[in-house]
Amino acid sequence: MVGYLIRRVISLFLVMLVVSLIVFVLMNSIPGGPFSLGERGYTPDALANLERKYGLDKPLVERYLNFLIGAVQLDFGNSFSVAGSPPVTQVILRTWPVTLHVGSYTIALSFTLGILMGIVSAYRRNSFLDNAVTFTATLGITLPNFIIATFLLLIFGYQNGWGAPNKWIIPPLWDGGPAILSQDYFLPVITYALAPLALVARYTRSSVSDALGADYVRTARAKGLSERFIMLRHVLRNALIPMVTVLLPQIPNLLTGSLFIEVVFGIPGLGKFFITSIFSRDYPMIMGLVMLVAFFWGLMYLITDVLYTLIDPRIRLGASASR
Amino acid sequence: MSDSPISSTPEQIVSLTPKPVKRSLWRDAARRFRRNRLAMFGLIMLVFMLSLAVFADLIAPYDFGRVFLTLRANTLPFVNSAHPLGLDGSSRDYLTRLIFGARTSMMVGLMVPLISFAIGVPLGAMAGYLGGKFDFLVMRIVEVATAIPPLLFALFLLSIVGNGVWNVIAVLAVTAWIEPTRLTRAQFITYRERDFVMAARSLGSSHWRLVFIHILRNTLSPLIVSFTFAVPLAIFAEAGLSFLGIGITEPTASWGKMVGSGIGNFIRVYYHIALFPTIMVALTMLSFSFVGDGLQEALDPQRADDQ
Repeated sequence: MVGYLIRRVISLFLVMLVVSLIVFVLMNSIPGGPFSLGERGYTPDALANLERKYGLDKPLVERYLNFLIGAVQLDFGNSFSVAGSPPVTQVILRTWPVTLHVGSYTIALSFTLGILMGIVSAYRRNSFLDNAVTFTATLGITLPNFIIATFLLLIFGYQNGWGAPNKWIIPPLWDGGPAILSQDYFLPVITYALAPLALVARYTRSSVSDALGADYVRTARAKGLSERFIMLRHVLRNALIPMVTVLLPQIPNLLTGSLFIEVVFGIPGLGKFFITSIFSRDYPMIMGLVMLVAFFWGLMYLITDVLYTLIDPRIRLGASASR
Repeated sequence: MSDSPISSTPEQIVSLTPKPVKRSLWRDAARRFRRNRLAMFGLIMLVFMLSLAVFADLIAPYDFGRVFLTLRANTLPFVNSAHPLGLDGSSRDYLTRLIFGARTSMMVGLMVPLISFAIGVPLGAMAGYLGGKFDFLVMRIVEVATAIPPLLFALFLLSIVGNGVWNVIAVLAVTAWIEPTRLTRAQFITYRERDFVMAARSLGSSHWRLVFIHILRNTLSPLIVSFTFAVPLAIFAEAGLSFLGIGITEPTASWGKMVGSGIGNFIRVYYHIALFPTIMVALTMLSFSFVGDGLQEALDPQRADDQ
């Protein structure tokens, strides 16, 4: 177990190294630079000064090595485009909480409601409720979230002044009520939760109905156990195992934010920030954000695999070389 | 009562035995697919969208770039019969733009999976079939590629290569090859050790024959299903990138871009700018996923008994 973990962590860092190399090379392969863009029109002298200030006059290899040395100490340099050029880590620490807030409400809403909906529709297959759940799930999967966002804003947002862009603050988690009910969170979270909700409901439904048809459930019924006991002890326990691999990888996705949701609702989070830093060619910001996301995703996959073995004792870590 | 025999003439008995029906996986699948109402609805919608895309020049009332100078009121939908769906922000006929948007969506939606499967299937097949060092190498590349969120990477690449339909297609294909690679590899690994493949191998089948006749044929149905689901994903990605203003460049019509240009404070008056392309995107994605679901059920032999 320990050996496996060490190997996985090493491979995680190797992956991050390769990712950083790819992004770094691609980023610097385009002609021009962050300061030669746009209508600002620096004189050649000013441009050279700026490039020297931010170390852009050095050869590529040296810059990459500098990045690596900094990155190991969690120092990704200073932002080019954010006013006052604060350190990248500071900017991330300021913007990520917003995304984390929205993401965690989304996870809470979509997972609880989705699992509930899935269980109900598995128990009442082909009933009205089941069809309604299937319909919602199909909508959630097929309707792009920026479109849902647009129309929720059209229907509810503009009249009530909800989700009006550019006045975003981070409400406290509990402010006379859970913060999800605060108007700034309401529409983004609902929009954001719809797709994962659909996915969760769909997987729960098929997983639970598979479990309901299994022999051990028939045995449990034959023993005369109560239906509630069977559901909690036998059905759900077995049904939730395969879902771990599907559901947990959703989490990093949700916690690093959606570009669309953040743009439509004007949420000042990671996703929106990523777009602006790409377009202003803010090299340190791009590298920092990519590293953060790559690390977070890799870590979540690792946790998923470990958790999977903890829930299902039949699986041994690292035993399957060809997976 | 009890002594009355079952009265049946020999002819009847003969007629009761089922006629030998020619059955194959594909024939059965087609039958099951036809009985699935949602899937058939999806298929019809899909054919409709495809014909819009192919015959856009013939169907559309105007040229997609033509600008009309008309009264403000005429820019609204259902007002002027010359422009049944009104005009867009640049005073272009909206019906025309919608029809040409189908072309962009379909092109991206079909080309991206085509390219990504053309990369992913051979790669996954080789990795799964050969195993060993090649497999290791491919899986490490896949591991690196999964560490980068596809949409962010597409955005990043687009900022490098620039906008345009073909650039969008290329960029999305670069981020979409992982899924077919993984799927094909997994399928090849399961089938590689199956008895029928072993038997074929021991009879002296060549590698090519093993791969194409014995293994690839069996992996075809999950690949088809996965392809069908890859189409709406590509359409979604294109619409999203264009929505953010970084996908398709201006004279070309794109539903995502149209939705994006429709939002803002004037959406309550010019609602059609966001509403109509939304309906188109939703219908297209819905029809592809209905067809995908239908195919999945139709092609899965284990489900054959359910229906």
